[in-house]
Amino acid sequence: MTWAVFAQNIVNGISLGSLYALVAIGYTMVYGILRLINFAHSDVFMLGAYMLFYIDFMFRLPWWLTFVLAAVLTGVLGITIERVAYRPLRQAPRISSLISAIGISFFIQNLGLVVFGGRPKPFPVPQFFSQSYMVGSVYMANISWVVPVFSGLLMLGLTMLVYRTKVGLAMRAISHDMDTSSLMSVNVDGIIAITFGVGSALAAAGGIMWALKYPQINPLMGTVPGIKAFIAAVLGGIGSIPGAMIGGMLLGMLEIMLVALMPTLSGFRDAFAYLVLIVILLARPTGLLGREFREKV
Amino acid sequence: MLQLTDVNVHYGGIHAVKGVTMHVSPGSIVTLIGANGAGKSTILRAVSGLVRQCTGSIAFLGRPILGLRPHDIVKRGLTMSPEGRRIFPNLTVKENLALGSYSRTDRAGVADDEERVFRLFPRLKERISQPGGTLSGGEQQMLAVARALMSRPKLLMLDEPSLGLAPVLTQEIFEIITTIRNEGTTILLIEQNAFGALSIADYGYVLENGRIALEGPGKELLGSQAVQGAYLGARVGVV
Repeated sequence: MTWAVFAQNIVNGISLGSLYALVAIGYTMVYGILRLINFAHSDVFMLGAYMLFYIDFMFRLPWWLTFVLAAVLTGVLGITIERVAYRPLRQAPRISSLISAIGISFFIQNLGLVVFGGRPKPFPVPQFFSQSYMVGSVYMANISWVVPVFSGLLMLGLTMLVYRTKVGLAMRAISHDMDTSSLMSVNVDGIIAITFGVGSALAAAGGIMWALKYPQINPLMGTVPGIKAFIAAVLGGIGSIPGAMIGGMLLGMLEIMLVALMPTLSGFRDAFAYLVLIVILLARPTGLLGREFREKV
Repeated sequence: MLQLTDVNVHYGGIHAVKGVTMHVSPGSIVTLIGANGAGKSTILRAVSGLVRQCTGSIAFLGRPILGLRPHDIVKRGLTMSPEGRRIFPNLTVKENLALGSYSRTDRAGVADDEERVFRLFPRLKERISQPGGTLSGGEQQMLAVARALMSRPKLLMLDEPSLGLAPVLTQEIFEIITTIRNEGTTILLIEQNAFGALSIADYGYVLENGRIALEGPGKELLGSQAVQGAYLGARVGVV
């Protein structure tokens, strides 16, 4: 492999990894607070892409505005999912929420098949993103730097939110002890809603950028990236936001490098991600940065 | 200030609190003592809104609070420091205190109160940027009380502040509770250390199997045969 090709693969790895990271953050934030694997998260990712598709189709607004609207509306959708499918089960055994999450996931996918149709739709990609240059000897499309840079900015923003604001303080408190947080006058339901909103908006951003890279969208497009992002969250240590970021980058990079170094195995790239999951669960179930959660009595 | 009338709580299929009527008047220290499992904590959890399966009436400052959510009750000036301290071990001392004042918007007042709790608990100031989990048991208890004070409560409810503390620290906590009261905060104190609690309380209630078995001024209960036999026993003279 020449240096040029190697550099090309690094760029691809970062790009894919940052998308996994964006989606993994949503899994990890919800898990951190509710100890719930939000299976509907991968479908929220899909809805983000469709949201942009339809807003663009109907209103023809400037692209950035379409993007913001799609992300915000998907965030609202995430809040609605929590309100309808998880909040009524807050006091129920945790397995009930988990089943509800699986139900919501199937519901959204099948609703998508009915409403959007099963045939893939061509995603509108502005000229700017597909423009490409030769940088040195590396071929580079705008999209390959936009994705990591923009994802990086979003993650920076999220980190600021979680570690520098009052809302973030409340999120960190709730993830440790919900009852005591409410005794500190934290509106627990409100903060959980914000968490779902933020996580879903990030998933929407991920879904839209995914669609910019692979400009065909269909109602089941979220499944595989969703599972990969979940694996990334487990790899980094579920419940840990920095863990989700690192896990995402690592998984993206591993996947690209596997294909680059062993092209004959390229058909196994999805299987490889699951292998990573199995190994992590066997060797270090808390992930890279995860800490042991002591179950509360 | 706080009035409970015929309060019943069913908790996990158990009738844990049976027809409790209690009153806390402004500026006093009222204590609720009783054996482990008598229902003391359940009463406080009902007052603070954590337990919902509750009937009867609970009024704070003349207005009913039963059925309100915990964070709304805190905003009315009624704060509880829960049993077992429950500080946030992953957050720093400063962040723990910031949670105490979470819903307040008067920055100047919050700064004043921060100074006040550092005056009451100088040790916390030294540990300000340490994670709460690294504090000693006594320091964690101080943090729990300080954190509750940061909401500037009109009524502060303390659930077993002396739990697991060495006698010297227990003494110190009781002194601080008295100071807090003298500075204008009404106190409702739950204790297993009946002697310590009754010594500083203006009024006391003795809870037995979810019912108020006995009530009266603190000093009076301290002298009563029944209380001495049941709750003080060997503890007299030890603390």
